[in-house]
Amino acid sequence: MNFDDTPQEADFRARAAAWIANNAPFELGPELDVSGFGHLHLHSVDRIAAAKAWQKKKFDAGWAALRWPREYGGAGASPIEQVIWSEEEGVFGKLSGPFNIGFGMCGPTVMAWASEEQKRHLLPRLAAGEDIWCQLFSEPVAGSDLAGIRTKAVQDGDPGSEAGAGDWIINGQKIWTSGARDADWGLLITRTDPTVLKHRGLTMFFLDMKSPGVEIRPIWQMNEESVFNEVYFTDVRIPDAQRLGEVGQGWTVALTTLMNERMSIGGSMPTGFPQLLDLCTQIETENGPAIDDPRVRSQLARFAVRASGLQYSAFRSISALSRGEQPGPENSIGKLVAGAMMQDIARFALDLEGEAGLLQDKELAPDRARFQEMLLRSPATRIEGGSDEVLRNIIAERVLGLPADIRADKDVPFDQIPTAASAKR
Amino acid sequence: MQFDFSDDQKELRDGVRRLLDQRCPISVVRAVADGEAGHSAELWREIGESGFLAAAVPEQYGGVGAGYLELCLVAQELGRSLAPLPTVSSVYQASEALLIAGSDAQKAAWLPRLASGAAIGTVALAERPGETTPGAIAATVRGGKLSGVKIPVADGIAADLAIVLAKDEAGGQSLFLADLGAAGVTREGVKTIDPTRKHARLSFADTPVEPLGAAGQGWALLDRVRDRAAVLTAFEQIGGAEAALFMARDYALQRFAFGRQIGSFQAIKHMLADMYVALELARSNCYYGAWALSVDSDTLPAAAASARVAATQAYQLCSANTIQVHGGMGFTWEFDCHLHYRRSNYLALALGGASLWESRLIAAIRPRAA
Ligand SMILES: Cc1cc2nc3c(=O)[nH]c(=O)nc-3n(C[C@H](O)[C@H](O)[C@H](O)COP(=O)(O)OP(=O)(O)OC[C@H]3O[C@@H](n4cnc5c(N)ncnc54)[C@H](O)[C@@H]3O)c2cc1C
Ligand SMILES: Cc1cc2nc3c(=O)[nH]c(=O)nc-3n(C[C@H](O)[C@H](O)[C@H](O)COP(=O)(O)OP(=O)(O)OC[C@H]3O[C@@H](n4cnc5c(N)ncnc54)[C@H](O)[C@@H]3O)c2cc1C
Repeated sequence: MNFDDTPQEADFRARAAAWIANNAPFELGPELDVSGFGHLHLHSVDRIAAAKAWQKKKFDAGWAALRWPREYGGAGASPIEQVIWSEEEGVFGKLSGPFNIGFGMCGPTVMAWASEEQKRHLLPRLAAGEDIWCQLFSEPVAGSDLAGIRTKAVQDGDPGSEAGAGDWIINGQKIWTSGARDADWGLLITRTDPTVLKHRGLTMFFLDMKSPGVEIRPIWQMNEESVFNEVYFTDVRIPDAQRLGEVGQGWTVALTTLMNERMSIGGSMPTGFPQLLDLCTQIETENGPAIDDPRVRSQLARFAVRASGLQYSAFRSISALSRGEQPGPENSIGKLVAGAMMQDIARFALDLEGEAGLLQDKELAPDRARFQEMLLRSPATRIEGGSDEVLRNIIAERVLGLPADIRADKDVPFDQIPTAASAKR
Repeated sequence: MQFDFSDDQKELRDGVRRLLDQRCPISVVRAVADGEAGHSAELWREIGESGFLAAAVPEQYGGVGAGYLELCLVAQELGRSLAPLPTVSSVYQASEALLIAGSDAQKAAWLPRLASGAAIGTVALAERPGETTPGAIAATVRGGKLSGVKIPVADGIAADLAIVLAKDEAGGQSLFLADLGAAGVTREGVKTIDPTRKHARLSFADTPVEPLGAAGQGWALLDRVRDRAAVLTAFEQIGGAEAALFMARDYALQRFAFGRQIGSFQAIKHMLADMYVALELARSNCYYGAWALSVDSDTLPAAAASARVAATQAYQLCSANTIQVHGGMGFTWEFDCHLHYRRSNYLALALGGASLWESRLIAAIRPRAA
């Protein structure tokens, strides 16, 4: 058990810190500090341009995609070096926002399933901030029950017989696709065979988001932003070479994505705790700063141990990863705890602010409306990438060994599974 | 960074677990609960002889000088098995107080006996309901003689030695070392919520005592002792929490209602998942506490309080929910659920309650005014 840097780690940290000190866009620091989780907010500059510029700078200096192999544009660094880098990068890490889905989910899926040639082409472009990826999984009828998706992919004739033959033709709709409007590539799960069990009839592709027939419609979110979108496909053609895995193997490929999603979302989620601690020293009560009030302290301590527990749990996972162990379902804890915590912290902070807690105007609200924005964003964290309930099921079944839920769709071919529509008939 | 116990340490943990599986089955715990004795003397002797209690005591004082990381894992296993032993009082507090504040002579006189289990030490602090603060201390030492009443004192019936916080002649509050074989000591067993670790009322009437550590430094020393004891006790708490969680899990797999295992109902699954989450957060905090204790880090006060707060919550949650999962059976004396429920609520108070530690935690991490 050793919590301090080894000499090598200390050296890595010093080099990272020095490079960041000389290269980071410090002029964006204050804006980044209040930019919330889940969406990069920048007002003074174009956020995508700023994100791409920082990513490219890191790439050119060998600090991008740290853990990826060098041949795919990475730096071949250890898991612990990745943690050290994030600690040093601090608030500038938020500039990676538009690439998170690419680095966290699509990239690892491409790495596991694409051809060597595709990997050498796509992954360095992602590492260099040239391409943005999105995840085209959820549909109106299928979110938690991802294997229930309906977007159809049909192969057009025999591969190789003539130009375009063997292409897949896509029709259907995705929803909640974060960042679709900024994306160059999408990771797309489709149904290729509705007559077999639902997990068996799926096939995965990656797709050029500029393909003809792709239509993106923004969705206005409850927090007055529009990060997610509907994506419609009308006779969109995808070359067979852009299939990941075999026909019918899409669920197995999706599991690669979802496993990495857990690791990347859960591993290092912000909770709002450090900011809450600061707020409690700033808010004045009759008896001095709020932080000295015993009731405040009690509640604050309960948040504190969850925040530190998450941080140290991530360190435990990193240590396990360094020993060559695979990230397991226990990593579901991160998002489950952090999501609810952000919501609780936001409510607690507003309460401390008194009636001023109502203010959402950045110029008037305490701490530039940080907690008001957290209040309005945090419900999404409890849903996206596996809802709280789904995560509890994963822990109960896969960690604790409890029985799976009794399912109405077990052993039923996909096209005979009951739906809201069939229930009305 | 390597944030895990070493293979050797895990082997030691497994060894302790095997020994306790054999020597501390639930019947041993229940014998103490149902009997007069405050702890299982036979188990205490055996564990003492094995050297496990002496993991963190230096060799010159009869310890094995292994270290705190090892002692943390021993504590976890003791907690898991509900060991009816005076660990919190003697090993985590009295020994630590001697190590922190004792003179060479005091250490030489007591530590070897505490390390082997030949003697039992305790800390006598509380006197009346409410959080124990300087204003709540009435016990007084004059001319080297202690008078006053302490209640509840863990393992007070069996203890050979008590470390007592009392007012001194200079008007400060100091720690004193009382040999409980001396004159003027009266002990009375008191009924507490956890009969597997019994407590007593200790009355002192002109009992001869010696100062432990510098005069007037009682609270400062006690704070340091408690930080160390908090980490070790937190490991007992997570050991117990894990046992309670798996007891509930096993029952949920085996009990059928409505034609299915109750563990197939989401209400039960999600309850168990929440218990697991609380346990893992506590475990991670405990690991950090163990590291901070083992290197005597500046962060120990924050680390200890985090481990303590998280472990208290986790054990209380797991032990309450394990009763819930067991339904009516969980409410019987015969089922073991209540032994964890009792233990978790005793340990929650053993070093000062949750609100005390919550406040200590925030005091330790509070940003200083610039
Ligand atoms: C901000 C945001 C960004 C997103 N970004 C993307 C993206 O980029 N790409 C993408 O593909 N998707 C994205 N999603 C979609 C997200 O993955 C889904 O919302 C999520 O999987 C839940 O699906 P659903 O919304 O259809 O809800 P449903 O699955 O209909 O769930 C509704 C409620 O029922 C509960 N429930 C469902 N099944 C069970 C069960 N078996 N047991 C107990 N309770 C259950 C859920 O927990 C939830 O509370 C995003 C979502 C949000 C909110
Ligand atoms: C103090 C006390 C007094 C009592 N007095 C009487 C009395 O006078 N007369 C009498 O007839 N009975 C009495 N009972 C029995 C009481 O009604 C039962 O204990 C209770 O109905 C639960 O049944 P069980 O103990 O068999 O638990 P189980 O039914 O086995 O339940 C075990 C656990 O599984 C959960 N569970 C069970 N089914 C489901 C489900 N479908 N969905 C989700 N969770 C589920 C339960 O909530 C519980 O947490 C008494 C119980 C107690 C504790």
